[in-house]
Amino acid sequence: MIDDKDRFSIVGRPLPKVDAWAKVTGDTKFADDLALPRMAFGKLLRSPHPHARIARIDTARARALPGVYGVITGADLPRVKFGILPVSQDEEALCTEKVRMVGDAVAAVAAVDEETAERATELIDVEYEVLPPLMSIEESLAHPEVRIHEYGDGPNVHKAVSLQFGDVEAAFSRADLVREDVFYFEGNTHLPMEQHAAVAQWGADGKLTLWSSTQTPHYVHRLLAKILDLPAAHVRVIATPVGGGFGGKLDLFAHEIVACRLAQLTGRPVKFALTREEVFYVHRGRHPVLMWVRTGVTKTGEILGMHFKTWLDGGAYGSYGVASTFYTGALQTVTYKVPAYKFEGARVFTNKPPCGPKRGHGTPQPRFALECHLDKIAEQLGFDPAEMRRRILAEPFTKTANHLTVTTIGLGECLDRVLEASGWPAKRGALRPGRGIGVACSSYLTGAGTAIYWNDMPHSGVILRADRSGGVAILCGAIDIGQGSDSILAYLVAEVLGIEPKDIRVHPADTDLTPVDLGAYSSRVTLMCGNAAIQAAERLRAMLFRAVAAKLGVPEGDLVARGRRVGVAGDPEKSVSFAEAVVLAESANGVLAVPGSYAPPKRAGKYKGGGVGPSPCYSYSACVVELDVDRETGEVVIRDVWIAHDVGRALNPLLVEGQVEGSVYMGIGEALMEEQVFRKGVHKFPSMLEYKSPTTLETPEIHTILVETDDPEGPFGAKEAGQGPLLPVIPAIANAIHDAVGVRIDEVPITPDKILVALERQRQGKAPRVGPERLPLFTFPAPRMVESAFGQPADNIAVRPFDDRRTDGG
Amino acid sequence: MPKTLLRLRVNGEDYDVAAAPHKTLLEVLREEMGLTGTKHGCELGECGTCTVLVDGEPVLSCLALPVELEGRAITTVEGMAPPGRLHPLQQAFAELGAAQCGYCTPGILLTADALLARNPRPTRDEVRHALAGNLCRCTGYTKILDAVELAALRAGGDRV
Repeated sequence: MIDDKDRFSIVGRPLPKVDAWAKVTGDTKFADDLALPRMAFGKLLRSPHPHARIARIDTARARALPGVYGVITGADLPRVKFGILPVSQDEEALCTEKVRMVGDAVAAVAAVDEETAERATELIDVEYEVLPPLMSIEESLAHPEVRIHEYGDGPNVHKAVSLQFGDVEAAFSRADLVREDVFYFEGNTHLPMEQHAAVAQWGADGKLTLWSSTQTPHYVHRLLAKILDLPAAHVRVIATPVGGGFGGKLDLFAHEIVACRLAQLTGRPVKFALTREEVFYVHRGRHPVLMWVRTGVTKTGEILGMHFKTWLDGGAYGSYGVASTFYTGALQTVTYKVPAYKFEGARVFTNKPPCGPKRGHGTPQPRFALECHLDKIAEQLGFDPAEMRRRILAEPFTKTANHLTVTTIGLGECLDRVLEASGWPAKRGALRPGRGIGVACSSYLTGAGTAIYWNDMPHSGVILRADRSGGVAILCGAIDIGQGSDSILAYLVAEVLGIEPKDIRVHPADTDLTPVDLGAYSSRVTLMCGNAAIQAAERLRAMLFRAVAAKLGVPEGDLVARGRRVGVAGDPEKSVSFAEAVVLAESANGVLAVPGSYAPPKRAGKYKGGGVGPSPCYSYSACVVELDVDRETGEVVIRDVWIAHDVGRALNPLLVEGQVEGSVYMGIGEALMEEQVFRKGVHKFPSMLEYKSPTTLETPEIHTILVETDDPEGPFGAKEAGQGPLLPVIPAIANAIHDAVGVRIDEVPITPDKILVALERQRQGKAPRVGPERLPLFTFPAPRMVESAFGQPADNIAVRPFDDRRTDGG
Repeated sequence: MPKTLLRLRVNGEDYDVAAAPHKTLLEVLREEMGLTGTKHGCELGECGTCTVLVDGEPVLSCLALPVELEGRAITTVEGMAPPGRLHPLQQAFAELGAAQCGYCTPGILLTADALLARNPRPTRDEVRHALAGNLCRCTGYTKILDAVELAALRAGGDRV
């Protein structure tokens, strides 16, 4: 840890979250807790078919039901397709011509209560002409005559990419060992405890307000204006505290759009609250990904070149899928030295709920593959897999082959610390039969370097308003989804202004009142909102110092703000209270409302696709798992997880630990049990009982170690913590299972049946492996050839577009 | 369906509410009585989110019918502590960061409250077993287990 704690009075302390009291008393108002006078309840009618043409919709019987205020179909909405990414505008709130999955919405009702609304949906007559469903990557590629969408990079191919950085074939020809492996990662879903909900109100002034459990109020605002054909200035989106997101509330959803339209038509506020089953169909979760990797290494294990191919099962719509596709290839180069790299990826449409971003967005799948692949290489070369990784770690402040600038790297320390804490050297190869230990490393973005739509504006904004009372209000477009963004904002502002978090009120995510923050995704909020908040607080503090210096007759440079006072350090006579300082500054300047802005350094690689992957900085994690495998039942019991995470600086170690522990838990669920799978187009288990997720009994003791590297890009040096620590858990488990019983399960989730099959193969003397046996017939486009930037010095360190210290006006 | 008049004793107060007899306790608490601290995660008895106490025992309010609960003492998160004060579990959950998104928190607090009432100093394993029916997707349960242990320790008189 960095030994400069005296610098700070708030940062680094394990304080309670600012919203902790509201959350433990049930005071927090989630979207479904809102109720407005005369409010109607909405329900969607969803398709029972995975793929069908809509021949006719008749709503007459539903309209006639007493208690029904309104019934709409796609004909009652502007005919415009939308999607979260500008390149994939392929969704309709209510399908007009075709349904592409079970769960696609075709009509909606607003009624006096939920039961009446539900009964009304049952009275809507829809005539479908059923089309052949395509339920897997292989099926979709094998049936080009059936088209799920009319756009894309080929029949049922949403996106196909091919990039090459440096001469990979030459690297393979120089290698002492070239190894190929194939892996499969089954999809899974976010399963937030809160089901999505929204309330829309159409004012008599013709203006719309939507309260919604969304991670991206800004994108919802933009898209609603487009879809409803309204001036964006007349649309207000207020994000309510989100009861778990994990990426599942990052799109704009049918119920949000339809609530607005029904509110307009019925003249009543309208609430939609999805059922748990609907949440499974709304999805946007982890893509199933088939992966092939070939790596050439020297006899000491140094990587000379790597070629990675991915096939993503995208489901029925684009969603964030183009970004997901690039992410399955982007970060392989950030953890280890990879001088030459080739990536080919294809996202395929299927008639299933659309996949999108889930914690780690597109990177846990290739991380699983890569870390198991490296373990196999280490085994083949006769190395301790931890020691081999230690030798090939990426260099700080350099560029990767694919032009990503990495700044600080605490991975070496992470690895050393987990090896020591877990007792790796003594346990490796010495555990009793059936017990195993495995290791893996990873890295993740601290915020996407580019916005979803191209623009030169801030990615995050904060307004601070200092009140004569000495209280400070923070207005920021970010929404707290449990990660603690409200708290981080309060801590940082309190730190700079020398006041307590309790003196601050955080007003989040209201598009009428708060400056834009792009949303709670890509682990961007602490870094981006945090830097904006620090900038605003420093500007405010400068105004306070100027006014106080004039009053006390001392130089501004002698002043400090600490302990709710502003004055000369160590001289209580020469100081005023914070509230007095505000009065002095307001008297001198007028109203004290100060903005802060942040946009990341511009570092997108100068090639098509170079916008996905860049980030101000990357977090690093190393994980060791110890577990038991029962040879009779194939059951896995995880004993302990040790994880070390390079968080740059722990702004609040309690919150960082919470993010790491939650990530480990979610990784365990994905590794051993969670899967979003379908039978004849229908989800196999759209319920919390049958969709297996870890309870307290399956979640082991998690030993968290925080490593600090004080990154120049982060607010007081902080990097992300919410997503990265999930990544190494899954391959560490897979590697530990191999260590325990000598079988390789190259397919997630690693369920007992797969382990038993592999053990049976082991008994029969066959290759003790379960995993994909073949790859789809598919020709990727010719690769875009780009020079490898491997080893070049990093550029634009801490160069921020809206920085006060910049003099070039950029 | 015609409504039935019910008298329910919730958090020590008597409430007269009119509700259709098939309405669940969860619905009546949230929609008729405005006690929205009780949350729902599945409404099928699978996740534990909607847990309340009936005569001190954890009950899934999404599966309970108020018509059967007249005369019973119902406790929701709003009634865990006297007004303006925090229950030791609430205090420990806040201090240790055991509530992240906070959505599962009320159900977990009440389940833990029932555990500590019958077993004031549970082992970590006993806490795990008591909370095995409450899903949380944020915390990895670690800080929740820590907070229940801390509350138990404090109730036992050992200040930490």
